[in-house]
Amino acid sequence: MSPKTLYDKIWDAHVAHEAEDGTCLLYIDRHLVHEVTSPQAFEGLRLAGRTVHAPDKTIAVPDHNVPTTEGRDDPSQMTPESRIQVEALDKNAREFGVHYYPVSDVRQGIVHIVGPEQGWTLPGMTVVCGDSHTATHGAFGALAHGIGTSEVEHVLATQTLIQKKSLNMKVEITGKLNPGVTAKDITLAVIGETGTGGGTGYVIEYCGEAIRDLSMEGRMTVCNMAIEGGARAGLIAPDETTYAYVNGRPHAPKGAQWEAALNWWKTLYTDEGAHFDKVVTLRGEDIQPVVTWGTSPEDVLPITGVVPNPEDFEGGKVEAARRSIEYMGLTPGQKLTDIEIDTVFIGSCTNGRIEDFRAVAEVVKGKKIKDGMRAMIVPGSGLVRAQAEEEGLADIFREAGFEWRLAGCSMCLAMNPDQLSEGERCAATSNRNFEGRQGYKGRTHLVSPAMAAAAALTGRLTDIRDLI
Amino acid sequence: MEKFQKLTGIAAPMPLVNIDTDMIIPKVFLKSIARTGFGKNLFDEMRYNRDGSEIADFVLNKPQYRNAEILVAGDNFGCGSSREHAPWAIADFGIKCVVSTSFADIFFNNCFKNGILPVVLPQEQVDLLMKDAEKGANARMTVDLEAQEITTSDGEVIKFEVDSFKKQCLLEGLDDIGQTLQKQSAVHTYEDKMAQERPWV
Repeated sequence: MSPKTLYDKIWDAHVAHEAEDGTCLLYIDRHLVHEVTSPQAFEGLRLAGRTVHAPDKTIAVPDHNVPTTEGRDDPSQMTPESRIQVEALDKNAREFGVHYYPVSDVRQGIVHIVGPEQGWTLPGMTVVCGDSHTATHGAFGALAHGIGTSEVEHVLATQTLIQKKSLNMKVEITGKLNPGVTAKDITLAVIGETGTGGGTGYVIEYCGEAIRDLSMEGRMTVCNMAIEGGARAGLIAPDETTYAYVNGRPHAPKGAQWEAALNWWKTLYTDEGAHFDKVVTLRGEDIQPVVTWGTSPEDVLPITGVVPNPEDFEGGKVEAARRSIEYMGLTPGQKLTDIEIDTVFIGSCTNGRIEDFRAVAEVVKGKKIKDGMRAMIVPGSGLVRAQAEEEGLADIFREAGFEWRLAGCSMCLAMNPDQLSEGERCAATSNRNFEGRQGYKGRTHLVSPAMAAAAALTGRLTDIRDLI
Repeated sequence: MEKFQKLTGIAAPMPLVNIDTDMIIPKVFLKSIARTGFGKNLFDEMRYNRDGSEIADFVLNKPQYRNAEILVAGDNFGCGSSREHAPWAIADFGIKCVVSTSFADIFFNNCFKNGILPVVLPQEQVDLLMKDAEKGANARMTVDLEAQEITTSDGEVIKFEVDSFKKQCLLEGLDDIGQTLQKQSAVHTYEDKMAQERPWV
C-alpha cells in the first residue's frame, strides 16, 4: 500500500460514497452549531419537512451575539436582532433534539473551545461548523473545517458533506522556540510567509519539534488560523499530549472503548515517504514575537520592524498596502513599537484558553495597566473562567485594571456590545484584522496574549522580550 | 436553487486583492434569520458613509455599474469568515458571476449553493477582463457555463475550467440535499460499519 498522509487516512476513513468523478460524500462525526449561521438552515429543514439525521452528533451553543457582562441573563442586554438569533437557536436546539449549552449553562462558551473541552472533539474525527475557525479542532488530528449555511443544512439533513479532496501541504517548524515566542507567533509567522491565499486548495499538516513541544492549547491556536492562510483545514497528528488532554473529558470514550479508540488513534500519523504537494519549513529559532500592521492577517512583521512602504510590494498588493496603511492611520517607516494603543482585547477561539490567561497573568502580576487604557479579558468558556478564578488569575487581572468578562466571542468580531469606536486602536489576541472587524473604522493589531498584556501595561505595541 | 446557464451583462471592476467577507457584508447585517434582503448592504462600509449617503467613487455607486451582474476582482476574493450572507448579498444585489485569480475555499463553495458562478482564471486573463470591465456600461461580457467561455465586449473568447459536478448542479439548479438523500443507503451502510469499527464516535 502506498504511504499516506494523516489527511489521506482521515479522509479515507470517512468516505461514505464516491462518484466516478471523485466527488465524495464525506461522513461527519461532529457538527457544531452556533446562532449566527444556523437559523436559515433549521428553517430550511422545517420547510422541507426534514429532521436532523444524527442529533446525537450535533452540538449547539450560542457565542457570537451573547453579551459578556454580568447580568446578561437579562434579555435587554442584547439588541432585539441578537436576541432573536439566540432565541432561534434555543428553539431549534430543543425542537430538533440536539445537544445544547444555553447561555445560562456554566459550560457555555465559544463553540471551538466548548467542543474540545467537553470531549466532543476526538482524534481522527471529521468536525464541521458554520464558522471558519472550525480549523481549531485540527489540533487533535481531526479533519475540521468551516462550512456555509447551505452546507450546515446539508449536514443536519444527511450527516454528510459533498466534497472533493484537497491537496496535502506540510508546514514544518523545526527546533525550539525562543523565550517570548508563542503558538500565536508561529501561526502568524506562517501566514506572513505563505500569504492569505498560500493554503488555498490544501489541508495543512503542522509538524516538527516546535509543534510537538506545544500544549493542546497552543496547538489549537496554531490550527485555528489555518483558515487565515487560506487552507481548508490544519492538522496536527495526535500524540501523548493529545491523549492526556482528551482522557476523562465528559464525552471522551471510557474503559474498553478508550482502549479501542487509542489503538486506532495511534495509527493516525503521516507514513514515511508520503507525498506532500507543497512544503513550507520555518526554523523555530528564527520566529520572533510578531504583530500585524495592516488589515490582512498576512501583514505580519517582527515587533522590531517598521511600517512598510506600499512601494515595497508587487502587483495588487501595492494598492492593498496603501489602503491598509491609510486605514490603520500609520506612516511608512514608523517603528512598530512606537504605535500607541487605546484598547487591549484578550480572548477569542484563538487565544481564550487557560494557558493564554496564565501567560497574561505572568506579565501583568502586581502591575497596573496604563492610565486610560481599556483592557478586557474574555474567557473562551464558563469553565475556563471558573478555572482562572480558581487559579487566582482573575484577581491578578482585576488588580491590574482589566475587565474580567463572561464567556463569548466578544470583540473578536464585535457582534455583541463589545466594539471598537471609530479610529480606536486595539492590540487583540483574536484572528482577524480586517477593516471594520472589531467595530466600524476600528484598528486591529493581532498579537499573542503575552504581547497584548505587555501593550496594556505600556500603552503601545511592545516587545515582550523587553519585559521578561 | 437558481439556475446559471448563460449571462450577458455589465461587469464591474474591483481590482483590490484580499476582499474579505467582512467587506462584502459587515457583521452588523448578519443578525437576520432570513436568507434575503442583504443586497442593499453589499460592500456596506465601502459603499456608504456613516449617515447612509453613498460614497460616489465606489464602483457599484457609479451610474455605469449600478446594474452590474458580473464582478471582476483581485486575488483571494471572499477570504475570511464562512458567512453565506456574503454570496446571499452578492446574489441579492444581482451579481451572478465573480471572476478572480483565486477565491477563498468556503466562499467558493458557498457561491455554487446560491446560483453564483465563481470563475478562476490566470492573472493575464483577469487583467484583460478587468480592462474590459473598466470600459463601463457599454462593455458587456457574456458568460456561458455550458461552453465554459467568457466573451469580452471585443469578442475575445476566454475558456475557463469548472468542476463537472458543480457545473451540472448550477446548469440544472439542482438541490444538493435531495441528491444526497438518494444515496442514503450508502450512508446507512457506512453508519452500520462504523458502529462496529469505531463505536466511540
